[in-house]
Amino acid sequence: MQRRQWRWLAIVLTAVALVTAACGDDSGGAATTNEGGSAGTAASGDTIKVGILHSLSGTMSISEVTVKNSELMAIDEINAAGGVLGKKIQPVIEDGASDWPTFAEKAKKLIQVDKVATVFGGWTSASRKAMLPVFEETKGLLWYPVQYEGLEASPNIFYTGATTNQQIIPALDYLKAQGKTKIYLVGSDYVFPRTANKEIKAYAAANGMTILGEEYKPLGDTEFETIVNKLVAAKPDAVFNTLNGDSNVAFFKQLDGKNLKAKDMLTVSVSIAEEEVKSIGPKYLTDHLVAWNYYQTTDNPANKKFVEAFKAKYGNDKVTSDPMEAGYTAVYLWKASVEKAGSTDVEKVKAASKGITFEAPEGKVTIDGENQHVYKTARIGLIGSDGQIKEVWNSGSPVKPDPYLKGYPWAAGLS
Amino acid sequence: MSSYFSQFFTGISLGAVLLLIAMGLTFTFGQMNVINMAHGELIMAGAYTVFMLQGPLGETGSLLIALPVAFVTAGAIGLVLEVVLIRRLYGRPLDTLLVTWGISLMLQQLARDLFGAPNVQVNAPDWLRGGVEVFGTVVAKSRLFTIALAIACLAMIWFFLNRLAQGRRMRAVMQNRPLAACAGIPTDQVDRLTFFIGSGLAGVAGVALTLLGSIGPTLGTNYIVDAFLVVVVGGLGHLRGAVIAALALGLMNSFVEYWTSGSIAKVVVFVGIVAFLQVRPQGIVVLRTRGLT
Repeated sequence: MQRRQWRWLAIVLTAVALVTAACGDDSGGAATTNEGGSAGTAASGDTIKVGILHSLSGTMSISEVTVKNSELMAIDEINAAGGVLGKKIQPVIEDGASDWPTFAEKAKKLIQVDKVATVFGGWTSASRKAMLPVFEETKGLLWYPVQYEGLEASPNIFYTGATTNQQIIPALDYLKAQGKTKIYLVGSDYVFPRTANKEIKAYAAANGMTILGEEYKPLGDTEFETIVNKLVAAKPDAVFNTLNGDSNVAFFKQLDGKNLKAKDMLTVSVSIAEEEVKSIGPKYLTDHLVAWNYYQTTDNPANKKFVEAFKAKYGNDKVTSDPMEAGYTAVYLWKASVEKAGSTDVEKVKAASKGITFEAPEGKVTIDGENQHVYKTARIGLIGSDGQIKEVWNSGSPVKPDPYLKGYPWAAGLS
Repeated sequence: MSSYFSQFFTGISLGAVLLLIAMGLTFTFGQMNVINMAHGELIMAGAYTVFMLQGPLGETGSLLIALPVAFVTAGAIGLVLEVVLIRRLYGRPLDTLLVTWGISLMLQQLARDLFGAPNVQVNAPDWLRGGVEVFGTVVAKSRLFTIALAIACLAMIWFFLNRLAQGRRMRAVMQNRPLAACAGIPTDQVDRLTFFIGSGLAGVAGVALTLLGSIGPTLGTNYIVDAFLVVVVGGLGHLRGAVIAALALGLMNSFVEYWTSGSIAKVVVFVGIVAFLQVRPQGIVVLRTRGLT
């Protein structure tokens, strides 16, 4: 009896081992891995491995490929200047394929198989939410470079994009100051637009603004005629656009199909930056508003250097955008934290990161020790016919990140 | 009132898109009973044709030239599939389904390798930008173009099936294969032609889709379910049924979405289809078709 049990156990264990081996092979053989010879832990040998995990295919690739490029540029710059702790950084690139479970799977692979010191990655909140449990379980570290809906502060994630009070609330303040109080909400159907709109509705209720309607479409959907018809019927002062990825192309083409220019139907977008303007076509977007923390036209020496370096590396027709800048900044913030900690150990890096500052292309940024977000300057911009974004308003100084909106009484019921 | 008209028009234009993507399927699925899961990838091939031609030919040229070129390209891919694989699987619908599903994945990967993983955009020519005013509402020119294209395709298919010897032979084979063979019609040649036309029409649909949004390797998968729905609701193999089904689904979708929201509209349309198929399992137009023996 006992022997039989042992045999079963052996069989089961062998099967499990085989399956894990097969899975390991599978993800290791993925098309875009960029692995070098050095095996073992992240900091062994004379290189430090870091993961780069973005959607290089699918509906989000319109946005995420460029973030990958700017992160790689930061790594190259750091390596050229001597690396981190005297070691070169070696990027391991994975494709999240615009598919949230894939993000979680690849994050696990980067941490457990490649043993990377940290991961730079993600764009959509859905991908971040999918990766979050992986990073918390494995005690890994993720640098997430995109503005998002707030109401989150994982101990294993650094958020270098804007949280709500650094982007969406300033945008609403701006609309209110312009006397635009009747707002229509259009967004993609996933966690970021849904949560952001919940916050916008709470803000509107407290600030005398009216929400005329709220519409969602699945990511990648291209059918917007009905929504445009609803907009025409509702006549809002402004449309708050939280669409992500390719749907923006369809939405703005179909606004144009109804002969609606910015003066007829003003939109404020929080996910359209220079790169998206270029692929949607500036002629469809002229004079529409966007809210970010950085534009290619932001005037300071660090940005001049950043834009020039990016064009020199990837081509003169390339543009730089907020998430690219946040990704670039993330790599430098990680480097500074590692050097202060004297180690790539996640806990030590986190402890050392408090108050780290960096003269980023967007201006000075500082890591907030409490919630691992960064202080950022909010900026509202107007899209020009040349595809560049002109700043029309900024917050003057970096805004303290407040992911749970504790400083806003109207937001009390949200989290 | 004008909002009703604009919503009516939206429904018609949605119907035109549905009709274009389903038209090819009424041939391959409806008439030949081949469940071709790679139909979506033939649509994608047509869309990429416009993208490829845009560089050398400019915006207007590429769109117009792409119509015949996409028809032939997608048709040729379909023809190769038929000759190499599908011909051997006639009468085995489940095998066909699995094999064509595999092919669709391969074609997607091929597109990724050829054109890159990121989605690409096709610029609409300037004469298709903006809209024109009809009865107090603005109608997008690109939508009018799609509707015109659907009508033109319908007219050509009708002419082919009813006025040309080839088309009449095709109908004969679909209605009674053994008898057609007895009468001396080369049935496998006719099969090949049917598959070529069905696939080619998918390519034309792909051209129309470039006016709506961006093009990526997975473009086809977004539309394949809708295409099958139209064919099933319309009744297998009947173009008339497909036209009615496409317009009905388009109008229903656009009005329900206007009154409620996009996701509710999808649910209502699906529930409507399920209920309809309970009453009329064979679809709007019932056709005598060769069985799946």
